[in-house]
Amino acid sequence: MAAIDPSNRGLRLFARYAVLTLVAVIFAFPLVFMLVSSLKPDDQLLRDTASLRAFLPVGDLSLRNYYAAFDRAPVGTFILNSVFVTGVTVALSLFVCSLAGFAFVFLRWTGRDLVLSVILATLIVPFETIAIPLLLVVSKLPWIGAEGLTLGWLNTYRVQIVPFIADGLTIFLFVQYFKDLPGDLIEAARVEGASNWQIYRRIVMPLSGPILATAAILKFLVMYNQYLWPLMVVQEEGRRPVMVGLQYFFQLNRAWGEIMAYLSLITVPVLAFYLYLQRAFIASIASTGVKG
Amino acid sequence: MASRLSFSNRAGWLMALPGFGLIALFVILPFVLAFVLSFTNQRLVSPNPTEWVGLSNYQSLLGLGVLHLEPERDEAGQVVTDENGAPEYPRLRSYTRNNPDYPHLQGKSEWFSFDWGNGRTYVLASDVVFMKAIVNTLIFVAVVAPVQAGLALVLALLINQRLRGINIFRTVYFMPVVVSIVVVSLLWRFIYAEDGLLNNLLSGLTFGAFDGPDWLGNPRTALGAIIGMSIWQAVGFHMVIWLSGLQTISPTLYEAGAIEGASRWQTFRYITWPGLRNTAVLILIVITMQAFALFAQIDVMTKGGPLDSTQTIVFQAVQRGYGKQDISSGATISVFLFVLVLSISLLQRWLTRERR
Repeated sequence: MAAIDPSNRGLRLFARYAVLTLVAVIFAFPLVFMLVSSLKPDDQLLRDTASLRAFLPVGDLSLRNYYAAFDRAPVGTFILNSVFVTGVTVALSLFVCSLAGFAFVFLRWTGRDLVLSVILATLIVPFETIAIPLLLVVSKLPWIGAEGLTLGWLNTYRVQIVPFIADGLTIFLFVQYFKDLPGDLIEAARVEGASNWQIYRRIVMPLSGPILATAAILKFLVMYNQYLWPLMVVQEEGRRPVMVGLQYFFQLNRAWGEIMAYLSLITVPVLAFYLYLQRAFIASIASTGVKG
Repeated sequence: MASRLSFSNRAGWLMALPGFGLIALFVILPFVLAFVLSFTNQRLVSPNPTEWVGLSNYQSLLGLGVLHLEPERDEAGQVVTDENGAPEYPRLRSYTRNNPDYPHLQGKSEWFSFDWGNGRTYVLASDVVFMKAIVNTLIFVAVVAPVQAGLALVLALLINQRLRGINIFRTVYFMPVVVSIVVVSLLWRFIYAEDGLLNNLLSGLTFGAFDGPDWLGNPRTALGAIIGMSIWQAVGFHMVIWLSGLQTISPTLYEAGAIEGASRWQTFRYITWPGLRNTAVLILIVITMQAFALFAQIDVMTKGGPLDSTQTIVFQAVQRGYGKQDISSGATISVFLFVLVLSISLLQRWLTRERR
């Protein structure tokens, strides 16, 4: 493979792009199929799967499936529930976990190292192994609200939010990031008499843009795509999120066009968000690969 | 650094407590509870008080027994055969139902059997479905971990080229990762249907010679189909992690390699691969942990069927703990899963340790 013959080079470049494109087709085609099918009536949709027409926006195209999906299930409620639960969890998680990260990196207190190692140890506990006992815990937890003291968190928003606010990975990411911040800056602020809260609020947080974005994106993906947990703890229609709402489309007469419309509705915003912020998305996944 | 830290117990605890408290309540407590509950008969809602039951949950979940049977013989000592000429064996029921000579087989049923010597050996399990769930989960992990890690590395190497427009390809390869596995599973039900996209494609490519099965409805292909789709969905995730590992390798090493006239394979073998060592260990452990949690695909695509060919450990835990509201049984499965995941991660770590 010494000197490259120029006539060969064009060919090799072509081959490289051909391979890259073929792989891209494999990754894109189910999503293209989803979007295209959501515009087709059921009989055409099923007929088209026999040919390449499955991936082409041809034939009788309309938004009818989308209207029908809204008629069949409280789609708007599901979407609002998901947006609310995801948004609140992300915001609280950023605050609680960054605060803890601050305490672990910039403050010295009795028990600090022990608490941190306990939190890091939870990283090896997959959620699926605690889901069932957690179900028992939340079914017994008390809450003081408008109706006074109540027992049990099932069928609420808080059961979808509170257990996911703090997690080992997010705290770990903040700790790693804070360790690399210039310590002199914090020291200088302390000398000038700034309180811990002021240092957190005025110095550390403004420097934490990248890690806040990373933590927010990771939490967003987890929360928006929640399935197992809401399936178990929310039976009430008015509180269910989008992924669980899918069940409504499998009752009685199954309409594939409506299913495709619903899938598109709940997926396209995430895809658009990803395409818009793709560098940040990819960087946040890459950061979970920091050797822990 | 220590001198810069101010010693402040009050502020430290105050700031760490919301996060630590939530983790203690929603991760550590349920984790400890899983162990405790697995020794009880706790149900989600029950009028009767909860009782300690010792190891009986583990026995009814994991109990195994072996029984070796000789073929039946007639008075002349000849082996009794059925119309196909196969030897006949005594009925298993006579050993597993109220047989005082075989108390350890009480209530167990056949998991599988094989010919051994002059007779047939039966392996009996208290919970045959759960045994199948364990085997399926292990198959899933054993295939997905190496294949997904390997494909992700191939993709990362493809994407790591200096080519115009390479970012577009990276964006597309990563796309399935941001799509919910629930959505992906539903879409692939179309692809795997008997008259679905995959069979139409295969029959088109082979000019009609290939007549594909109903992938998810056939016990021999269902698990494989789910494996294929799961890899498709998650491989972009690990591609990105490999990619960040690739980018930590110093370009001067590659320059040195080029000067020495290293071939492409030699460059990969002696420069790239050693530089990816830590990434490789991490990816293997992460994929293994994720693979053991297999649930949503099963719930959306097959519900464990056909013929229990896609039962998995987590699916069983949810079916019992939530579906039948039998918390103690679900907790026992959880403990079993945790011990399994932990021991396999430790084994992987030990096998991939740096030998000096």
